[in-house]
Amino acid sequence: MVVGAGVVGAAAAYFAALAGLRVTVVERGAPGGGTSSAGEGNLLVSDKEPGPELDLALHSQRTWREDLAEHAGQWEFESKGGLVVASTGDGVASLRELTAHQRACGVEVVQVAGAELRGYEPHLSEDLAGGAFYPQDAQLQPMLAVAHLLRLARGLGASVCPHTEVTGFLRDGDRVTGVITTGGDLPAGAVLNAAGTWAGQVAALAGVPLPVHPRRGFVLVTEPLPARTIRHKVYAAEYVGDVASSDAALQTSPVVEGTRAGTVLIGASRERVGFDRTVSVPALGALASKAIALFPMLRQVRLMRTYLGFRPYCPDHLPVIGADPRAPGLWHACGHEGAGIGLAAGTGKLIAQALAGREPDLDLAAFAPERFSGGAPGSSPGRPRDTGEARP
Amino acid sequence: MPHPHDVAVVGAGPAGLAAAVEAAEAGLDVALVDAAGQPGGQYWRHFDERHAAPGDARGLPGGPVFTDLRARLRALSGSGRVRYLPGRQVWLATRDDDGTFTLRTTATVSAPVSAAASVPVSAPESVTARALILCPGGYDRQLPVPGWDLPGVMAAGGVQALLKGHRTLAGKRAVVAGTGPFLLPVATGLARAGAAVAAVVEANGTLGWSRDPRGAVSAPGKGVEALRYAASMARHRIPYRTGTVIREVLGDGRVEAVRTAVLARDGRPAGPEREIAADLVALGWGFTPSLELPLMLGARTRLDLDGSLVVVVDALQRSSVEGVYVAGEATGVGGAALAVAEGRLSALALAASTGDPAGTAAIRRVRRRIRRARRFAAAMHRAYPVPAGWPRWLPDSAVVCRCEEVTYGDLRHAHADLGATDPRTLKMLARPGMGWCQGRICGFATAGIASCLSGRPSTAEDLRALSGRTPAAPVRLGELAALAEETGGGGPAEETGGSS
Repeated sequence: MVVGAGVVGAAAAYFAALAGLRVTVVERGAPGGGTSSAGEGNLLVSDKEPGPELDLALHSQRTWREDLAEHAGQWEFESKGGLVVASTGDGVASLRELTAHQRACGVEVVQVAGAELRGYEPHLSEDLAGGAFYPQDAQLQPMLAVAHLLRLARGLGASVCPHTEVTGFLRDGDRVTGVITTGGDLPAGAVLNAAGTWAGQVAALAGVPLPVHPRRGFVLVTEPLPARTIRHKVYAAEYVGDVASSDAALQTSPVVEGTRAGTVLIGASRERVGFDRTVSVPALGALASKAIALFPMLRQVRLMRTYLGFRPYCPDHLPVIGADPRAPGLWHACGHEGAGIGLAAGTGKLIAQALAGREPDLDLAAFAPERFSGGAPGSSPGRPRDTGEARP
Repeated sequence: MPHPHDVAVVGAGPAGLAAAVEAAEAGLDVALVDAAGQPGGQYWRHFDERHAAPGDARGLPGGPVFTDLRARLRALSGSGRVRYLPGRQVWLATRDDDGTFTLRTTATVSAPVSAAASVPVSAPESVTARALILCPGGYDRQLPVPGWDLPGVMAAGGVQALLKGHRTLAGKRAVVAGTGPFLLPVATGLARAGAAVAAVVEANGTLGWSRDPRGAVSAPGKGVEALRYAASMARHRIPYRTGTVIREVLGDGRVEAVRTAVLARDGRPAGPEREIAADLVALGWGFTPSLELPLMLGARTRLDLDGSLVVVVDALQRSSVEGVYVAGEATGVGGAALAVAEGRLSALALAASTGDPAGTAAIRRVRRRIRRARRFAAAMHRAYPVPAGWPRWLPDSAVVCRCEEVTYGDLRHAHADLGATDPRTLKMLARPGMGWCQGRICGFATAGIASCLSGRPSTAEDLRALSGRTPAAPVRLGELAALAEETGGGGPAEETGGSS
């Protein structure tokens, strides 16, 4: 039983059905209608520091590229590469240090001198000091990924129930034995909480605290530009170093990329304002201003649309993946913050392995659900740098 | 930031013009923002006044009502009681913490031309006000039909705008099609300007408003107007083909003809077909109100009789958002006379709320007029509905979203294979409404297709999902970036830091 038909729930449903489990997906609204439809579809390794999240990102990269290779066209998978740029000598130096660590973990990365940057991106500002190119960074269309993963899961016998909200859990003592929904009681051997930004609320229905909080982000969409005006995902290196906080105030880092349709997407802002959907003038203004600093030609380009979404983030910026010992029968795969699309395939595959009683490819200890309730592994407050929140 | 106006009126069509003039004459300090270069809106669209001979009043359909409002606006603007900002479009409306509203505007393509405009050289880009009267109007509603992406197919209102605004004929031999009484002035206008009108193709019955005598009698002026159009149709020998729809627009590279079919008793286009040669096809299926600004501010909306999403207002034109009044088509399509009355009422009600008791009798009178006009509008909507089940007539190859070239087949696939049952999911999976027009043209159709494919009626939620748009009009990123400086959003400081 998968609760939530976002990209993580859809991937988990597909891999669980593939592993031979009988799968039902319940979704409160329309599949993909939450955070999955409000991002840019990033599959990034470039923005991750060595550690459990980078390991998961690399595992997930392989899952998207290898396990799901034959379907990649369905969700417009594009291995476009990411270009991280630094405007100062110091920025270049710390970027070089980061890339050395990443390379040691298996990330492909190429140093790019300031003079070579415009060979990658002809319209980049001339004021930049240098950068790094990450050929593994990729993009896909998240809503198509959700829809096709669910279609594939249905083909393997899974059933999908949209517009069905979980209102409680069936219990046998401590044990979770299914869900109570607006469409009736649905018993299940295991319940996987893949409710994304709303996962904390679902967990609360089972009486277990799970600190998943919304962090709002806006994306700007421009008018269509000629093909290949902006070729890669381009973002500024500075933010990797300066977003260490879990500050509630507005933070913005420019992330600029072209799409197949010709439009340019500009992210990423982040604010902790609950589920407030009001348009934020400072956020839109700062995004535009910083994107123009990277690509001066954008000044004359028109904004066509904006959208916003709520990233599911945990205090230590790591996702929650695994069985919950506090409520046997309840599992979680949530809290992926701004990296949910990229991490979804790996998360789905790993959780399916665990659900099927097999040893997962990757140790899930760092993602343990109970780690927030004091003293558990992974709860150390001092992660050196918070890269997670900088992603769109 | 300059001190806030008492009220900012958005739109200078029938509703907005009446609202601005009435509010200023009641003593309020008014700003009037309008996308067009001269007042009048779509309904009173007219030739460029800079190039008109003195006294040339041809093409002013509003007659004395319009010329009177225009003269009063000129006087009020001249004496500084209305700050008139033509040629500017509001792209963002926000409500600030202290309850005042801020409208961010951007220049429209057409430069201000009105003699009434006394626009300073550096026109301000934002307007603040303690209250808003939103009169955004509407535009032609379109339904997709095979071939409607051929050059020579236009919205009926677009054809009329070319005639009224530029005295330009969009073709030599026209077919005007869709439904509703608005098709008649478009057809007769074309004929008067010298085009041959091969047919008016009306999906519903003739003189449908007689079906609801109570509604028709309540607006006797409208009956006279109808008779005049009928006479004009006869004089120009324009065939009026009722109970008929266009099945396909034919042509190689541009419009050459249309194929029509008579609707059978069960409502399907199964009756006799006919091919009519034409180089211009003007299509209109009623109107879609522009709801970007009311939705951006959080105003409650509902589904109207004609299937449009409209703003919920009370008996004094107040929306669910405190301080936001809405008048004209955005509260329910009903024509210019109703819009003028609603514009006046919102201004009178606002003035009364700020302590001016003078308007009480006037409020009663104008409310009576509005009730009568609403009854007539309701009769119209009942007489000229969009045919039920129209999506089922479409072949898979028919383009629904012209900007992104999304076909009906693409939408059927997203529904049948990918499980999309609502218009938002259809949009995310198949891209209708993602292009230049942001769903302004195909939004109504996409919502209708989503509900038809799912075997349920369209809901307000369906339309809401495709009607909210931020920004309300395209704006250059440079203008947006300027907001960061103004609001201290941190942009410029870090820009400097980044390049140091």
